[in-house]
Amino acid sequence: MNSAVAFAEERNPTDWQSDAMQKRIRKRYASERRFKALGLGAIVLSAGFLAFLLIVMVGNGLRGFTQTELPVEIDFPAMTGGASPSQFVGANGSANLRSLGVQDIVSTSVQIQYGEQGTELFSAGSWQTVQAAILDNPGIVESRTTLYLPVGSEIDVAYKGDGNASAEKTVEELKDQLSTGFNSNFLFNSDATDPMQVGIWGALKGSLITMFITLIIAFPIGVFSALYLEEYAPKNRFTDLIEVSINNLAAVPSIIFGLLGLAVFLNLFGLPRSAALVGGLTLALMTMPVIVISGRNAIKAVPPSIREAALGIGASQMQVVFHHVLPLALPGILTGTIIGMARALGETAPLLMIGMRAFIATPPGGIVEPATVLPVQIFLWSDEVNRGFVEKTSAAIIVLLLFLLTMNALAIYLRNRFETRW
Amino acid sequence: MTGSILFLLIIVLGGIAWFFGRVKATRFSATNPKRGTVHSLPNYHGWYVALWAIGPALLFLVIWNIASPALITDAALASPAAEQLPQGQFARGAILAEARSIASGEQVRAFNPLSQSMVEPYKAAISYYQMIGMVAALLLVFACGVFAWLRIKPELRARTKIERVTMMTLLLASLIATITTVGIFASLIFESARFFSMVSPIDFLFGMEWNPKAVAGPRGETGFGAIPLFWGTVFIGAIIAMIVAIPLGLMSAIYLTQYAPPNFRAWMKPILEVLAGVPTVVYGYFAALTVAPALRDFAVSIGISGASSESALAAGVVMGIMIIPFVSSMADDSIAAVPSAMRDGSLAMGATKSETIKKVLIPAALPGVVGGVLLAVSRAIGETMIVVMAAGLAANMTANPFSSVTTVTTQIVQLLTGDQEFDSPKTLAAFALGLVLFIVTLLLNLIALRVVKKYREAYE
Amino acid sequence: MTELVDSTNSSESYTMTESAVPNISAGDGPLKMTTRNVDVFYGDKQAINGVSIDVTMDNVTAFIGPSGCGKSTFLRCLNRMNDTIPIAKVTGEITLEGEDIYAAKMDVVQLRARVGMVFQKPNPFPKSIYDNIAYGPRIHGLATSKDELDNIVETSLQRAGLWREVQDRLQDSGTALSGGQQQRLCIARAIAVDPEVILMDEPCSALDPIATAKIEELIHELRGKYAIVIVTHNMQQAARVSQRTAFFHLGTLVEYGVTSDIFTNPTQEKTRDYITGRYG
Repeated sequence: MNSAVAFAEERNPTDWQSDAMQKRIRKRYASERRFKALGLGAIVLSAGFLAFLLIVMVGNGLRGFTQTELPVEIDFPAMTGGASPSQFVGANGSANLRSLGVQDIVSTSVQIQYGEQGTELFSAGSWQTVQAAILDNPGIVESRTTLYLPVGSEIDVAYKGDGNASAEKTVEELKDQLSTGFNSNFLFNSDATDPMQVGIWGALKGSLITMFITLIIAFPIGVFSALYLEEYAPKNRFTDLIEVSINNLAAVPSIIFGLLGLAVFLNLFGLPRSAALVGGLTLALMTMPVIVISGRNAIKAVPPSIREAALGIGASQMQVVFHHVLPLALPGILTGTIIGMARALGETAPLLMIGMRAFIATPPGGIVEPATVLPVQIFLWSDEVNRGFVEKTSAAIIVLLLFLLTMNALAIYLRNRFETRW
Repeated sequence: MTGSILFLLIIVLGGIAWFFGRVKATRFSATNPKRGTVHSLPNYHGWYVALWAIGPALLFLVIWNIASPALITDAALASPAAEQLPQGQFARGAILAEARSIASGEQVRAFNPLSQSMVEPYKAAISYYQMIGMVAALLLVFACGVFAWLRIKPELRARTKIERVTMMTLLLASLIATITTVGIFASLIFESARFFSMVSPIDFLFGMEWNPKAVAGPRGETGFGAIPLFWGTVFIGAIIAMIVAIPLGLMSAIYLTQYAPPNFRAWMKPILEVLAGVPTVVYGYFAALTVAPALRDFAVSIGISGASSESALAAGVVMGIMIIPFVSSMADDSIAAVPSAMRDGSLAMGATKSETIKKVLIPAALPGVVGGVLLAVSRAIGETMIVVMAAGLAANMTANPFSSVTTVTTQIVQLLTGDQEFDSPKTLAAFALGLVLFIVTLLLNLIALRVVKKYREAYE
Repeated sequence: MTELVDSTNSSESYTMTESAVPNISAGDGPLKMTTRNVDVFYGDKQAINGVSIDVTMDNVTAFIGPSGCGKSTFLRCLNRMNDTIPIAKVTGEITLEGEDIYAAKMDVVQLRARVGMVFQKPNPFPKSIYDNIAYGPRIHGLATSKDELDNIVETSLQRAGLWREVQDRLQDSGTALSGGQQQRLCIARAIAVDPEVILMDEPCSALDPIATAKIEELIHELRGKYAIVIVTHNMQQAARVSQRTAFFHLGTLVEYGVTSDIFTNPTQEKTRDYITGRYG
């Protein structure tokens, strides 16, 4: 009944139940468990890094949104010689206020309340808070009013955490009077030398303008290139050249784009330094390949049956592309665009090259005015010696991360929402 | 009238042209109900007229904007005020530039009274040529628009023509990438050539001393030896960062693809991707603020000499963390590309999962993984902000990870910071470093893509 | 085909959707594997419905049926390869030499060493021919010395009828062989761990007729040494290589018996329709 085949050598059947074999199996399983644990460990460690980074940033940064304040009682009727609230309403309101000399009023009031050295307790720009308060509610100039003004940076740092010895002592003395308030300066001001007065609005506006320029240049060019390469490009060496350059551009270090911007946009074309226009152009060149590549993938994913159906009822190639392929591929293209824009928003190095690292104390008013962007602002603040800047840097990072998170969430939403249409 | 208003006006006129073209086409479409006598839909005729109206005018404006400054300067120089100007090229140029920026409203007051006197002629010339440009552009809009409108007839192949224009637009758009690549290469080569005319390439590529602050000597500059920078770049980007990123990235990918329950994978993969999305300036700040001091304290506590607060280790570790998702996703792709038959074959022989992974999947996926690592290295050595903020500026040739080293990208940023003179070797050196960086990353990418492609083909 | 034994109806009966209860055992040979009431679910979908069958030594058992009938799914239950599909769920009882292979104490690694498998498409590892064969003995620790390992490699290749073709190039990559050679390499690889049962999942479907003939010849020679179960969509092949045939349809076992009976005198209408080519 057995087929009679002579084998070179017969082996003894393996005894799986033998001690040696059982021991071996146990060892193999132990190694299996170790390996698996190693994998899990790698993941947990990687995620742990992220968590640690976020905790450090949030832990430092949340304090940047608050400021330490001291109450100051200002006797407006006496100090202003009886200014009436109506003076500060309407068109001439701020001009009248300027002639009032609020700065002197504040320093006098402070000296009355906290002594000769009192002004040193406060942030140099604290009078602006008073000015804003008057514009907000002119009625206060008719009475003695107590306002909460931001303290100096050193005291602020000491009150929030651990400052230098003398500031700690001051905090100890004023403990009962110090309080914490919301730091509206941070959201509405621009860069400043005093950490109590800095804000991100200038940098944020710069980022928004720069991103706008990047988008209106990179998006059409990227989509058009993707369409050309996927739908029209003949297979020849010229097309290969275009493809190779796009793939290479996607891998070129960002700082090289900065060098290009410096050499071409600034030196050759003579565009203004530090301007959002140049920043946007530079970032557009960097973002475009990302859009092209994601766009091509999205276009490729449109099934040929749809093209054939349209061609079959007599649509021209162009009509097929613009009526059918592009609308169907759009969610994918948008996802790629958002991801590319998020990368551009977080980019710093190329912008340093084109001079966007200047101290800019006013928000940019247009595309050719000197501007800075959020990441560069973070970089500049991180270099500041004053300890008050640590929390501001982290706070700016929180804002930047929130923007990026929103964009990425949008991209993920788009991807999931439109992923499986066929 | 400023340029943007003129531009808008032309666009509006284009809209009107579109309307007229469409109306005419609609009319003859209605009178020719028989199929085939009218080639294109009215819309295409509208676009045909609109493109004719806008295109030549815009093209003219572009050329006019490039050509007119020279004409304006000539006109201003012809004015009587110009006779007082000094003869020297340089002084003359400075005054003209100042007058021009005042006249165009960029500057409010002149430092040089002579410039002030030139402002009026300039203003006159500018408004004169602006007027000419505007009138010519508007005339072009009308002339071409009417020309196109007259040509509209039922048998006009408007759609084909529009499609040809669209096609050209698409082609032009895709050329931008090529132009950019050429632009990068040309500008790097051009500026580097100027640098190498001052500093010998041999000294630059093989010199051991980097100290570009040294006073420029007459021929034979010193202090431009880039070897310490290359070492620092490799040390941080290709050694320390990879020691962190490869094991963590690879093991993460293995766990996620082979072991993790689907739920865990669905959550963990995006979380890892977030690591790649964090801006590099944030990593740099994290490295400088948290990691570097901790590492320095650690080094001091175990008695390592030369520990500095800006260390290669801090920058390298943080860069490695940044690269983890990159390595992980490349490894993920490579492992996924190994046919499942291979895995089944091994499992069916009684191999455990880890044996299958270690002895079959990883060896099979190795080319892909290696390609991914090469790409990661190319990313790491081109990374700027982390090293600028955490690695330091001292060009040390050291293998001590706790000491400070500097990198190519750090020095590029350093050299181009502050006041730039565009003929100093210090500034131009940045472009030479950029050229080296560009070539190296390009080569790494080409090799990596080739390796990955070969590997993909092996399983298709 | 050497012996023809009358198929006897099983005394046990099972609740089945089919009107007739098929035989669960066919023929003599020592019992190697048994299955009782096996159901397989992929998520909510039931792929196998109450299959009970006995696999004996000395016989080649063929599973035939139209595509999608569940024969491959069922085969993959026999060495728990379905474990690799997370949504697959197997119920019922499958035994190897009387041990329940889905029992908690059954070690899947050992099980698969004892029940080897050859796949539809040849899947040699991207390693040398030698390492392909040596892989199994190495992971299971079956050889204590290099000589012994060499010996196993040689024996396995000889049994798979590949030795003469590759003995001079054992260090060449296994993927460089022709399709038929690759499949014989995979069979040699399965033999190298000294299994008791070899499952073959349409082993010739990716091969040309000449390579197929060689594999079929090999199956003949291996009979008796191993219990062989082969899934095939090719009825002629089943007739040529097997002594026992099971016909599956829509996840149920329709008929099981001596191959010559099944092909000449099937008891079920469905089987007759299938082998006469009415559907499938």
